[in-house]
Amino acid sequence: MSPNKSGATLQRRPLVKQLLENAGDDLLVIAGLGSSNWDITAAGDRPLNMPLWGSMGAPVGMGLGLAMAQPTKRVLVITGDGDMLMSLGSLATVATQMPENLAIVVLDNEKFGETGNQATHTSPRNNGPTDSGAGTDLAMIARGCGIADATTVRESGEVAELVKDVRTKKGPVFRLVKVMVEKLEFVMPPQDGAHLKDRFRQALLGHP
Amino acid sequence: MTAAPTQPAPSKLDWRDQIFEVFQDHDIKQVYHVPDAGHGRLIEACQKTNSMRTLALTTEEEGIPLAAGAWLGGQRSVLLMQSSGVGNTINLMGMPKTLRFPFLTLITMRGDWGEFNSWQYPMGQGTPKVLEAMGVLLYSVETADEVKATVDAAARSAFNGGQAVAVLLRQKLIGIKNFGKK
Repeated sequence: MSPNKSGATLQRRPLVKQLLENAGDDLLVIAGLGSSNWDITAAGDRPLNMPLWGSMGAPVGMGLGLAMAQPTKRVLVITGDGDMLMSLGSLATVATQMPENLAIVVLDNEKFGETGNQATHTSPRNNGPTDSGAGTDLAMIARGCGIADATTVRESGEVAELVKDVRTKKGPVFRLVKVMVEKLEFVMPPQDGAHLKDRFRQALLGHP
Repeated sequence: MTAAPTQPAPSKLDWRDQIFEVFQDHDIKQVYHVPDAGHGRLIEACQKTNSMRTLALTTEEEGIPLAAGAWLGGQRSVLLMQSSGVGNTINLMGMPKTLRFPFLTLITMRGDWGEFNSWQYPMGQGTPKVLEAMGVLLYSVETADEVKATVDAAARSAFNGGQAVAVLLRQKLIGIKNFGKK
């Protein structure tokens, strides 16, 4: 598997597995459609995971609504660059509320993975006729929206601190993680949205 | 354990204050809005109370995943928007159907009754049709004395009946915006 032209070396599956290691009842996870959904499911499907199969642009808003409703739980949103690009304004809305229990991780492979790995806007400029983006920096956008603690992770040596920040640091925490383009097995959770919602609420609230 | 629907007694309160009372009666905790003259007085009442979290959105679309997240966490919410914002929500308006969660939105209508701004007509006239197409129940209010009962019934259909419900606050109720002209 070749690294991105941007030089990314991190692999999303083992990284997400580390982010979710020993997840207990106090960790509520929302994943965006496509690869992020398969990633959290490969780490082990659980009722307090809400993996989306559609609704592109929704995960950050869902995470914010959930974080406000459950201020004593940690809420973790994991999604991709394509999904994040579709709802940049939601980062400004997060910043108006500054939820201390919300962490957002964007796995940025600079591609629209579900549709055939076309370049997203985070791809470099001048990257060839079919693979060029704008070099859009989502961490800088998050900071510009008012989320001060927004940084980029590129190296394996930074992953331990990433996990610690995402799981425990006072939020809102935004982490842009540059990951490789990889062809990975689809590991699918249940698809029925009502079932996913009901099992989540049952586990969290004791009723669907 | 659902109370029988009540027919609220006629109230002397401004209709926007009556909506605020319905929100409190239904234990709504999160209120999403974009700045809006029609909803202005209601939004301010929500901002001033400690019992609700009021969020300004960058686009109406954000309100739907927020409502989904609030419901996942056990809280009720409402989205306040103008008819011109309804078009921004259409794709994500599928979420209440897919996840089957209660969803309530109140829509102040433009391009509806004596509107002076031609740019408001396409989305104003399209609003009921696109909401219907997405499986949202429509309630409509034209007079102040019907507001409280209608919003209350909509909240019951949403939170007790598990439906996605929109209340159209018609321009006849709100008044025609004239930008100071006679």
